[in-house]
Amino acid sequence: MPPFTRLTSRVVALPVDNIDTDQIIPAQFLKITDKSGLAEALFYSWRYHPDGRPNEAFVLNQPQAQGAQILLAGDNFGCGSSREHAPWALIAWGFRAVISSSFADIFRNNALKNGLLPVKVEPAILNTLFNLLKEQPQAEFTIDLASQTLSYPGGQTEFPIDPFSKTCLLEGVDELGYLLRFLPQIEAFETSHVLWRE
Amino acid sequence: MPKTLFEKVWESHVVAQEPGAPAVLYIDLHLVHEVTSPQAFDGLRRRGLKVRRPDRTFATIDHSVPTIRPDLSLADPLAARQIRQLQQNAKEFGIQLLDLDHPQRGIVHVIGPELGLTQPGMTIVCGDSHTSTHGAFGALAFGIGTSEVEHVLATQCLLQSRPKTFEVRLEGRLAKGVTAKDIILALIAQIGVGGGTGHVFEYRGSAISRLSMEERMTICNMSIEAGARAGMIAPDETTFEYLYGRPFAPQGKAWEKAVAWWRTLPTDEGAHFDRSVMLDVSRLEPMITYGTTPAMAIPISGRIPAPETAADSTQRATLEKALQYMQLQPGQSLLGQKVNVVFIGSCTNGRLSDLRQAAMVLKGRKVAPGVRMIVTPGSEGVRRQAEAEGLDRIFKEAGAEWRHAGCSMCIAMNGDQLQPGEYAVSTTNRNFEGRQGKGGRTFLASPLTAAAAALHGFIVDPRTLLS
Ligand code: SF4
Repeated sequence: MPPFTRLTSRVVALPVDNIDTDQIIPAQFLKITDKSGLAEALFYSWRYHPDGRPNEAFVLNQPQAQGAQILLAGDNFGCGSSREHAPWALIAWGFRAVISSSFADIFRNNALKNGLLPVKVEPAILNTLFNLLKEQPQAEFTIDLASQTLSYPGGQTEFPIDPFSKTCLLEGVDELGYLLRFLPQIEAFETSHVLWRE
Repeated sequence: MPKTLFEKVWESHVVAQEPGAPAVLYIDLHLVHEVTSPQAFDGLRRRGLKVRRPDRTFATIDHSVPTIRPDLSLADPLAARQIRQLQQNAKEFGIQLLDLDHPQRGIVHVIGPELGLTQPGMTIVCGDSHTSTHGAFGALAFGIGTSEVEHVLATQCLLQSRPKTFEVRLEGRLAKGVTAKDIILALIAQIGVGGGTGHVFEYRGSAISRLSMEERMTICNMSIEAGARAGMIAPDETTFEYLYGRPFAPQGKAWEKAVAWWRTLPTDEGAHFDRSVMLDVSRLEPMITYGTTPAMAIPISGRIPAPETAADSTQRATLEKALQYMQLQPGQSLLGQKVNVVFIGSCTNGRLSDLRQAAMVLKGRKVAPGVRMIVTPGSEGVRRQAEAEGLDRIFKEAGAEWRHAGCSMCIAMNGDQLQPGEYAVSTTNRNFEGRQGKGGRTFLASPLTAAAAALHGFIVDPRTLLS
């Protein structure tokens, strides 16, 4: 996992609540057995008309979105399925962070394991940020993980993250490596744990 | 200290916890399917790791399997390759697989309970958000991503931070024609699709005690649609009766010991919940969704809300976008709304009791001309039982398609899908844009409401068909 420390970037705004994982990546793209082709699949049904033509009105198809690494989205981002293809697709397109007023639990877990930072802000701040981008679509935000701050033209806010995830992200630590260190305890646990099927 | 059901299960599964780190939580049962597992097995191979407890790992094939016949020559090449990959991984890592030709194969959340793999007090995970279904047995069951699938395969454990608890108290008696599906849709409409985020629900109260295991599963299944990490129901006599004699349930002396322990699991008198909500189910009508989240649901006699009533501009835009997608108007009633497709099935409503309800409505009647109706049993076991009762004949004589087990049109990965612009009444759990096929429009409802719509070709109150 690549470490996440500090990021300054332009921002793509998607002012819609409850953006579900079926929108982030539709089920037709889940038939892969690796992680390929996901950049093209991100928000596919919003990016393309049913006949395959690009939907020029959709923000990801507009020039200012190209190269942006931060996504600003409405409340409860990533609800729905457990598909880790959702953060994989966001990362494949180039995003490193998503800002919202809340994230669905499984999406949040999946994002953190892939170095995609969920930045949770107060609903009022989220509103301010959407308004700011309406006026200055080229505005750059800076996310600093060590100090847990998000800075934007004219303001700054702090965001929460649990200490364990923060360390993993800052150092690019892989959680399975951490978990494997507990194997002796896991074996000891199993000797006393009730297993009805045995 | 009095404890909740969740606390008892959680605490008996914590292997270790370092300060400032999530708990190392032991997992009793790991269910695997073809879609969210290939990259996890690849990860094991890359690191040279084995599956630590193949005996606690069960795989099945459900999401992209053709339901006309479970035959890979009918599947699209990518789906077929993914299914073969699971067959190969199961063989290589020594995992039990309910393969395409297995008589018990089915949707992962239908077969776990059916085989008695799902038991009270267990921790159960699967790379699938509707793993919450298994909580109906008093298990702590939740969906995980593919990285976590790899963690569980390698260590039989997960790193988890402890969720909060949320009491959902359901009281009162359901009116005729109102079902478990209507309860859960009403709850989600009340608390919202993010209402349960960070929490584990415990459904309790007199209305829950009266429900069958299948109805309880329908409710727990959709906990995730309210954002909850999991949904649980304390085990009781109904639970034990359901499990007794199932292939993987404990037998003989072990059964008695198990039941004695299971009886200690229900929440203690006076235990504390972080949040609480109460719903009087006696006041409910059949529910139906009008929008693109499961929370956009109304009583069947109700009217679609106006975006102007939304609390803020993003909420208003969200509702406007949903109605635009659905091509419906604020203030409109859904009664009389034209329907092209009716789908009965999925891990929410694809069990025997659901098929019986749909068949009761359809018996001796015909699906309206121009309506396509598909009935997909949740498992091959359900399929055989339904056929033994003659339900398949009722469906076929009414003009519906009778299928093999699989997820089918719930997720539209196997070729069963809506065409752009089509309207469907579906007994599934998600009405997201494009969920049942690009451009398709979904109304979520109970099997009764879905079957009633199939007969008329438009949405009706199913209570008018019940004498
Ligand atoms: S039936 Fe639908 S919700 Fe259930 S496991 Fe299959 S795809 Fe998921």
